Amino acid sequence: MPPPVLNVAHLTIRFGAREVVRDLTFSVAPGSALAVIGPNGSGKTVLFKALIGALPYEGSVRWAPGVRIGYVPQKLDIERDVPLTGLDFLLARAALGRLPRESVGRTMELVGLPRDVVERPIGAMSGGQFQRLLVAFALVGKPNVLLLDEPTAGVDEPGEERLNELVHRLQHEEALTVLLISHELSVVYRYAENVLCLGGGYTCVGPPREVLTPEVLRQIYGEKDTVHVHEP
Amino acid sequence: MSLETLLLAAAVAVASGLIGCFAVMRRMTLAADALSHVALPGIGVALALHVNPLVGAATMLFFGALLVWALEDRSRMATETLIGIVFSASLAVGSMMTSGEDLIEALFGRVGALSWTEAAFGLVATAAVIAFVVSRKHSLVVALVSPDIARTAGIDIRRLNLIYLQMFALTVALGLRYLGALLMGSLIIIPAATAKRLARNLTEMLAFAAVISVAATLIGAVTAARLHRETGPVIVTVAALGFLVSLLKRQA
Repeated sequence: MPPPVLNVAHLTIRFGAREVVRDLTFSVAPGSALAVIGPNGSGKTVLFKALIGALPYEGSVRWAPGVRIGYVPQKLDIERDVPLTGLDFLLARAALGRLPRESVGRTMELVGLPRDVVERPIGAMSGGQFQRLLVAFALVGKPNVLLLDEPTAGVDEPGEERLNELVHRLQHEEALTVLLISHELSVVYRYAENVLCLGGGYTCVGPPREVLTPEVLRQIYGEKDTVHVHEP
Repeated sequence: MSLETLLLAAAVAVASGLIGCFAVMRRMTLAADALSHVALPGIGVALALHVNPLVGAATMLFFGALLVWALEDRSRMATETLIGIVFSASLAVGSMMTSGEDLIEALFGRVGALSWTEAAFGLVATAAVIAFVVSRKHSLVVALVSPDIARTAGIDIRRLNLIYLQMFALTVALGLRYLGALLMGSLIIIPAATAKRLARNLTEMLAFAAVISVAATLIGAVTAARLHRETGPVIVTVAALGFLVSLLKRQA
């Protein structure tokens, strides 16, 4: 087996006295997809921020050498009237990576962003358009690992399908490793080799079919929440 | 204003327009404006020690920028309050240390003869600020949209912020001579705020801010000479009038 792309051991993340993530250990094989699931407040986004080094933590997070991360955050707080266009943003990424301008055009096509949309100010884009822009930004940098924090939030259904398919296709064609936070268990079943569940003081790692028993889902999401599992 | 002074002022205006764009977009206009006030106690100390006031001002600005940088990681509200207090206090302390004509000059600037060293320092520093914004605009844009994304794109956020703030402080120091500690912040913020209303993308915003800033400086300097007024206040008034005119344009 090839060495893992990511090795996390005994990871604990605190906000003040509260342990948001406690003693988490897992690894991710190259070219695989890991879905992270759990209710709101279970530390999914916090985990991603620790993985990219944006938050202090205890324990160890080790990325394999040569890893290029493409990170798609959940939502961003940008002033609506800033005259920055989607194209400014994408071209900035290309310039930083010393990549040709054409790579931006190709990526726009991949995620389904028409030219007239990317020429709009970022603040004037719809939630779904902005989400696609973030995915495009991550892809322009030619990543070999994608960290996606609910990439389809606010995207309409055809767009959602398209983004999920795109990520899945890239994972296979470009041997991309994917870490994905998702609320859609159907997506988890369909696309992820492994699932990491957080919540209720309980963690589990493994293939979705083995790990996601009704018992475990109740543990994580609590008794009261009804969980909709759409079997593929 | 002599021709050399006017040319240097125009160059400084380009730098202040450019550096101001990111201050306005990063919503740090309060911190930016307050930071320029910290120059005053520096001028006071320098006058007491009989050294060039600009040296004292630049030193204090350097430490002021360091302070803003150190505070930036904290929560927004606490930072703004703290910055407001620290820099208002520095204005008060600076005013106590300076008096009479010196105080007026430190606050509002005065156009005097320019020494060769001052002109050379001014040109080099102006070029450094312009080069910084032009060469690092991509990093600044990405950091503006999301520091987390910037981090994964290989940008050292804290370092970038530190250099940005120091370049900002340097720009303030450049304009002190003719705008003073009270008004230089305005020449950085107002043209950028005007450009933000008029521009449709980043390139336009940077270009508009530079042009507006230079125009305000030149029109202000000429008008001040005609009216026999101090230059700084007239320049800032012209810049503010430009902003008022930009309000006529309806926001998209």
